[in-house]
Amino acid sequence: MVCEMETDQIEEMDVEVLPSMWPENVGTEADKQFNVEKPAGDLDTLKEVTIEETPTIADLTRLPELMNSTQQGSSQLTNLVKQWEYMQDNAVRLLREELKNLNRQREEAEAKELKIIEEYKFESNEPENVPVLDETSDLFRRFRQKKRDALVDSKKIEIYEEFDTVAYWKQKASNLEKMLEASTERERRLVEKLSESLKTMESQSAPVQELTQNLKRAEGFLHFILQNAPIVMGHQDKDLRYLFIYNKYPSLREQDILGKTDVEIFHGGGVKESQDFKREVLEKGKASKREITFTTDLFGSKTFLIYVEPVYNKAGEKIGINYMGMEVTEQVDKREKMAKLREDNAVRKAMESELNKTIHITEETMRAKQMLATMSHEIRSPLSGVVGMAEILSTTKLDKEQRQLLNVMISSGDLVLQLINDILDLSKVESGVMRLEATKFRPREVVKHVLQTAAASLKKSLTLEGNIADDVPIEVVGDVLRIRQILTNLISNAIKFTHEGNVGIKLQVISEPSFARDNALTADTEEQEQNENAIPCLFKKYMQASADHARKYGGTGLGLAICKQLVELMGGQLTVTSRVNEGSTFTFILPYKVGTSDDYSDDQDEFSDMADHQSEPDDTAEGYFQFKPLLGSIYSNGGPGIGNDFLPHKVMLTSPIKLINGFVADPSNNTGQSEMLQLENGGYVDESKLETSSDHCPESAHQYENGNGRCFSKESESCSSSQASSEGGTLEMESELTVSSHREEEKAETDLKETSKPKILLVEDNKINIMVAKSMMKQLGHTMDIANNGVEAITAINHSSYDLVLMDVCMPVLDGLKATRLIRSYEETGNWNAAIEAGVDIKTSETEQVCVRSTNRLPIIAMTANTLAESSEECYANGMDSFISKPVTLQKLRECLQQYLH
Amino acid sequence: MLGLGVDRLQADINRLLASLFHQGVLDEQFLQLQQLQDETSPNFVYDVINIYFDESEKLLRNLRLLLMDREFSDYKKIGLHLNQLVGSSSSIGARRVRNVCVAFRSASELSNRPGCLRGLEVVEHEYHYLKNMMHELFQLEQQRILAAGVRYPM
Repeated sequence: MVCEMETDQIEEMDVEVLPSMWPENVGTEADKQFNVEKPAGDLDTLKEVTIEETPTIADLTRLPELMNSTQQGSSQLTNLVKQWEYMQDNAVRLLREELKNLNRQREEAEAKELKIIEEYKFESNEPENVPVLDETSDLFRRFRQKKRDALVDSKKIEIYEEFDTVAYWKQKASNLEKMLEASTERERRLVEKLSESLKTMESQSAPVQELTQNLKRAEGFLHFILQNAPIVMGHQDKDLRYLFIYNKYPSLREQDILGKTDVEIFHGGGVKESQDFKREVLEKGKASKREITFTTDLFGSKTFLIYVEPVYNKAGEKIGINYMGMEVTEQVDKREKMAKLREDNAVRKAMESELNKTIHITEETMRAKQMLATMSHEIRSPLSGVVGMAEILSTTKLDKEQRQLLNVMISSGDLVLQLINDILDLSKVESGVMRLEATKFRPREVVKHVLQTAAASLKKSLTLEGNIADDVPIEVVGDVLRIRQILTNLISNAIKFTHEGNVGIKLQVISEPSFARDNALTADTEEQEQNENAIPCLFKKYMQASADHARKYGGTGLGLAICKQLVELMGGQLTVTSRVNEGSTFTFILPYKVGTSDDYSDDQDEFSDMADHQSEPDDTAEGYFQFKPLLGSIYSNGGPGIGNDFLPHKVMLTSPIKLINGFVADPSNNTGQSEMLQLENGGYVDESKLETSSDHCPESAHQYENGNGRCFSKESESCSSSQASSEGGTLEMESELTVSSHREEEKAETDLKETSKPKILLVEDNKINIMVAKSMMKQLGHTMDIANNGVEAITAINHSSYDLVLMDVCMPVLDGLKATRLIRSYEETGNWNAAIEAGVDIKTSETEQVCVRSTNRLPIIAMTANTLAESSEECYANGMDSFISKPVTLQKLRECLQQYLH
Repeated sequence: MLGLGVDRLQADINRLLASLFHQGVLDEQFLQLQQLQDETSPNFVYDVINIYFDESEKLLRNLRLLLMDREFSDYKKIGLHLNQLVGSSSSIGARRVRNVCVAFRSASELSNRPGCLRGLEVVEHEYHYLKNMMHELFQLEQQRILAAGVRYPM
């Protein structure tokens, strides 16, 4: 009972803590459902219910029907019934509690009565003065008194008469009677109260009243909330016809809307969309929201946020939709404005950063240009010295070959000078400040020189062709330096990107109507294997076809950009046509003027740097040039040779040979051959030949030395490519067969000559060490061959005899110790069987030749790097004669040579 | 560029070389290299050092690639690369590079991956230091040659 009381209290407290906004007289638990703070239950259904009584358009007759037929309607009703039942339960519970209270009171009253009677008995049986007046009895009495007070509300019976007299008893009886009366009266009052409260309970809990009250409250609430809300609510049936609608600001009358669809009511943008949206929701059966902009005659352009949910009947079938719309035009406007602002902001920021970047890049470029200009300037001064000296040299007495060499040297120098000037002037070209010169020049010579220069540095098996039409004048007026530059650029590009075949220049005169009185000169350069997809960016500065290309071919990427700008500056145009695997043709058309014939004789001196007229008198009319690759042909022929009577590598099938390529005829070319030899012999350089040949012409030999070094590092690559290139053309083969026979003889000669000098072989894989050792040997007056590993060393020893071998211990493929063992075994047995077993490829036919020489023990000196693996004991154990610890010094080398070379 | 600072440049070069020797970056082998340079090969030192840098760059790149590989286990290959590097470094007299390479190599022989990584770091550091120094040296040298080459008409 106490427990129940407590829960009751708690429930009441709940209501106090969370005061509802409903009137206080209906503060039952069920009302908490409508508490704003505690939204619970089916709010939507309530709204629907209240629509019935809103002062707006509604189909009142249809609504109850709807309420009855739809699931939501029925759930609404069951909800109300539940509420009512709950309230009834509550009332019953309250009544029960009341009853219990009354019962308890009655029980108390009865208990009191009983006490009174007991007291009476007690008092009668045990008079008060029986115990002795001591403290304990007094205490006991007081305690009893207290106990009685607690039970019977301290209602003491006051008796004034003497104890145990008649009057006393009378008075006591009358007193008790009074108390009994009071008690009865109280009981009666309580019963009355009970019946009264029962009555009020009954009157309050009439279900209809309760419901009506609830509905009224809900309606009041909804009305309060919705009275100014810009909301349109409605219900549409399956065909999307309005069954009822709530609109605070109705612009249409009820009959205009009800029973019609959106499309029937409105016209304009968005209506169809909303209709479709509603249909979609109806079909999908899933409530959703969408923003739709209406542009109707009725209310102009407005954006509505529309919420549509499907409505089901009790059987779960869709019977229509509930629709709720709110105008959000302003919000949408604001939002869009915000988005636009944000977008603008982002764009501005991006532009800003882009601008910053550009500024940065521009600054960088400026700096780079500045640096380039300074650098170019620095290069220009010494270079002009070189060219000047060469020019002075050309005035001295020279033989024909020297003169030709010098000519090429000067024109190349000129070109470099010019290129540097161009780098300096590039900005000028771009801003159109570049000045063009108008001088007379001979196009044939220009073409020839360009090709000649290109051929001089050609490292591939390409044929360079110059083809000049007969009607091209001997002299034209133009800026020869620029034209040369363009041609050189195009040709060098062509060579760079062509792997085999022809590269050529064709020069012809075309009549171009747009050039009025001028004729136009076209020059085509052809090249192979231009990558087609790279064409759009060909003419961009510093742009290369791809990162791969840059790595593969190198270069600045400036060439074509300069060409194009130069051609355009001269009033011409540069175009390119290209097909993958078939080649590209760069064509440029330039207007030109013909030089008058009077000038011809005067100008001879002017062009003396380009062509020596005395030595090549017919050159001016020459229409066809061809330059064969020097290296390529040597590659294909193999054997070494000192080519004083070296055949020029020219096959002139179409026109008579009038021009002899100085480079081909020059003996200094043997430097190129020694590279070749190294390839033929499996990778070691015959240094002695390099030396002897360069004695002839120190300058040119020096010029080649750089190239030599480069070729060196690419040995293995060039070896394979040379084989490929030798298969290239069939035409060349005939002429070269004869050449190779010459060489065979010469090889024997050179071999004989060189036996007098001690031959040293260095077996070493580290390029640096090779370079250093070679240089040291040179200082000591010796030359040596190089092998890069044990296998190469064995091959070299097999090919020719050596007086001393310097052997690195740590090497790839075959290390020094093993190689030495194999060599020793060869010396003992006279055959290479051990080496062949070890996997070294040796040609047996040649072995027999050299076999005779291998009687002496070949001194092999180890070069160790002082690591544990390379102990001196091990060197000796493997048949080495001595060892030099690395790094090799001049002193050590000298001592070693003194000991082993006699 | 007027050819007036030849002596000063030479002094700078000597100072730089002295400090490099003092630091142990270079050793006497570098002097050997310089001795080899004569009229027939005026750029010998420069060429050798350049090739050395090209090669070493490749080797270091390979080493880094090898070591960066998670699945890496080819310590033998590392050893080969390092042998090359040790060999060429000692040939040009790059003592410090050589020494750190030797340490690196012993780490690789023990298959000690953290040791290898540390070794690589140190080698790279030393290598770059050497490269910078050499660059400076050659620049000075070049300036000196240019300055020495200037002649004024009497």
